[in-house]
Amino acid sequence: MAIDVASDTVERAETTLFRRPRLTYGFWSWITTADHKKIGLMYGYTAFIFFLAGGIEALLLRIQLAGPDGAFLTAAEYNGLFTTHAVTMIFLFVMPISAAFFNYLLPLMIGARDVAFPRMNAVSFWIFLFGGLFIYSSLIFGTSPPPVGGSLPGGATDASILGSIPNSGWFIYAPNSGATYSPGTAVDYAALGLQILGVASLISAVNFIVTILNMRAKGMRLLRMPVFVWMTLVVALLLLFSLPIIAIALFMLTFDRQFGTLFFVAEAGGDPILWQHLFWLFGHPEVYILILPAMGIVSETLPVFSKKPLFGYPAVVFAGAAIAFLGFGVWAHHMFSSGIPTVAQAAFGLSTMTIAIPTGIKIFNWLGTVWGGRVRLTTPMLFSLGFVALFVIGGLSGVTHAVVPSDWQQTDTYYIVAHFHYVLFGGALFGLFAGIYYWFPKVWGRMYNEALGKWHFWLMFIGMNLTFGPMHWLGLQGMVRRTWVYPEEAGLGAGNFVVTVGAFVIAVGVLVFMINWSYSKRRGRVAPNDPWDARTLEWTIPSPTPEYNFAVEPTVTSLDDFWHLKYDEDGEGRAVRKEKADELVDDLIHSNGNPDHEIHLPAPSYFPFIVGFGIMLIAYGIMYHTRPYGIPLLVAGAFLTVGALVAWGSEPLEEVHDEDHGDRGGDLDGEDEAAEPALSEGDV
Amino acid sequence: MADLSHGPADAPAHHQLTGIDSRKLGMWVFLSSEFLFFGALINNYLLFKGRDFGPGALYPVELYDIPFTSISSFVLLMSSLTMVLAHSALARGDQDQTKTWLFATALLGTVFVSGQFFEFGEFILHGLKLNINPAASAFYMLTGFHGLHVVLGILMLLVLAFKSMRTGGLSEAEGLNVELVGLYWHFVDIIWIVIFVLVYLIQ
Repeated sequence: MAIDVASDTVERAETTLFRRPRLTYGFWSWITTADHKKIGLMYGYTAFIFFLAGGIEALLLRIQLAGPDGAFLTAAEYNGLFTTHAVTMIFLFVMPISAAFFNYLLPLMIGARDVAFPRMNAVSFWIFLFGGLFIYSSLIFGTSPPPVGGSLPGGATDASILGSIPNSGWFIYAPNSGATYSPGTAVDYAALGLQILGVASLISAVNFIVTILNMRAKGMRLLRMPVFVWMTLVVALLLLFSLPIIAIALFMLTFDRQFGTLFFVAEAGGDPILWQHLFWLFGHPEVYILILPAMGIVSETLPVFSKKPLFGYPAVVFAGAAIAFLGFGVWAHHMFSSGIPTVAQAAFGLSTMTIAIPTGIKIFNWLGTVWGGRVRLTTPMLFSLGFVALFVIGGLSGVTHAVVPSDWQQTDTYYIVAHFHYVLFGGALFGLFAGIYYWFPKVWGRMYNEALGKWHFWLMFIGMNLTFGPMHWLGLQGMVRRTWVYPEEAGLGAGNFVVTVGAFVIAVGVLVFMINWSYSKRRGRVAPNDPWDARTLEWTIPSPTPEYNFAVEPTVTSLDDFWHLKYDEDGEGRAVRKEKADELVDDLIHSNGNPDHEIHLPAPSYFPFIVGFGIMLIAYGIMYHTRPYGIPLLVAGAFLTVGALVAWGSEPLEEVHDEDHGDRGGDLDGEDEAAEPALSEGDV
Repeated sequence: MADLSHGPADAPAHHQLTGIDSRKLGMWVFLSSEFLFFGALINNYLLFKGRDFGPGALYPVELYDIPFTSISSFVLLMSSLTMVLAHSALARGDQDQTKTWLFATALLGTVFVSGQFFEFGEFILHGLKLNINPAASAFYMLTGFHGLHVVLGILMLLVLAFKSMRTGGLSEAEGLNVELVGLYWHFVDIIWIVIFVLVYLIQ
């Protein structure tokens, strides 16, 4: 067990003069870790903190809109808050918390000890963290003077703090995002920050794809993988092919703003519509990047809490892949009002409608899974069912956007806001909460409080519908998005008040969740070995997960292998629990918790952290390249990044461990010595 | 790239279901993403190169020196050959030759990048500045990002070449790095062939 790992540490310390960081607890163990579980938890915590920030931004927006002619925020502050709310929720919350699930669960679900590239996994996290800090540092360093020919209230020369955070929509449309209309640094923080986050996501996409293709347990063929693993693969592929496009678009925007190029300047022959094409060519796959992990999660929870196999497993898998594939062919439905040709509008309207087919397949398969099952209405199950219900509403309003003339009416109204919050809040977020509760005992070895969990669900469910339901009507009445006031005569006051009340109900729900989390993870009832009567490999090991995941390398003979260990079929195809099921489970988990040999784990490293920090410095350098400290920052960042990468890549690869335990643990122990001298090299 | 070339050092065969080493698979996956990166850049240039930027506007196409660029393209293509020679020398266990060909590849790459610097300098002297019109911007961005990829490749080659100078030369695990850098290098070459044809030759 852990003792073996520790004694191993001591042995190595004697054999090498300079050794890699090897602490397994405390602050530095988190900074240097390459353990997918720790990285997953760091992703989760960071994402949740950003979720709170994004939530507070949303509440400020709702206070402003609670009544007509609100005076709580200025227009500039409103712009900053709605933009940063979106950027935060999309890039700093839903994507990284999905990454938290991928990180923690992917190796467990495929029966591996870690991902294919443990330290690259760490570098993804650190780049993400520094990218997020970079964006939020605009609160301190950001500037936003009035645009050419415009003015700020009271003739101010710069917007307030909240007005100087990224403020031109998460889509950063040209030409508004150009230097003329958005002077100052607000847009630069968005453009460069998203670029950094893209690097992080790209690295993790490569990592997850290789992990899934190369590191599955014996016998786990592709169509025996849990659906969540499938969705991880699909999301990674979406990231892989959509991120380079937004990278180029963001480079073009940055060049326009920093070096005076003219890509999006219409009067000089540039093409603002090109920005929209490039952005949505990334942006639409991005919405599937946000929703597919949640779909994967409920595809795990619904069968478990219905005590039935997933209805139509291959159909669910292929529908997920089809959604991703079609997702690359629908981007222009975000641009129906931008004047693209009629034929293109018709074609994109049709292709958008076809997305409803695989989505519908998934919905019916989930319903088929629950139908006739022995349903247990635990908190994760409630969230999963809530996901299905709310996602259907959001999906249907999505189909109405595919009808071009109808979309012209809805564009830029709250109807759109209602739609994407039903799919991303009611969909993605509910799915993610289902996952958080479902795997809570796995991560902490304790049960959450079921009563508080149900309170959380109902507050969220009611609050969510109060918040986003009335937006459909407000939008159809013509309430425009991204506008900080509405006049009393418009008659929108009552609806908006309900929306604001709903937002605060959600906030109370989140508070209940936080109390439940922090209490239960320390004081909750100790979780039994297999608390949910689950179906997948992560439940065949002790909770909380031991450092080495599996003491015995698992072998899989069918889909839902763990379930088949516990259940037989009777003559009518019903599942019957084996007499000895409890014993079998306890034995399996016991043997997985007690390795009979040393297990080598991925060694920690300083370099991922340094690379992340260096990349952030480079971004500051580019942004302030005209200031005296800009170029030094750029050079320092480049030195740190390249130095750390070279040092990392130059670590000797000699293996110390003996070959007699030919288990898969040994090979994760990549490289063994001499990180410290290399560190000083990279530390110039 | 350096970070991609890192993973389990001596993963046994059963560990790799596809039969391809994880690091190599990772490089392939990464390169598939790079194709879209350059695809978007090439698309930009093709979109802007024919735009009418008014009377007297200067276009990159007016300044091309095809014989010069052909030679530098030839140099880059030859570097793919030396890369293959380095790899095959390593496969034979000939550390000396490996070292020679790695340095040769880095040198040829450097010649190519120098040629690009020279070309950019000439263009700028003729008034084709980065921000003169979107066609020029797109040209510089496309060829510049390609050049940056070549520079990164040279850096990786040099790291390997200097490592191969140690006594004993490259270890088996580092040998895989030669293959990975080779994959990357050939990719950068292939992209240049596409750029050379689409941007320089087809006018």
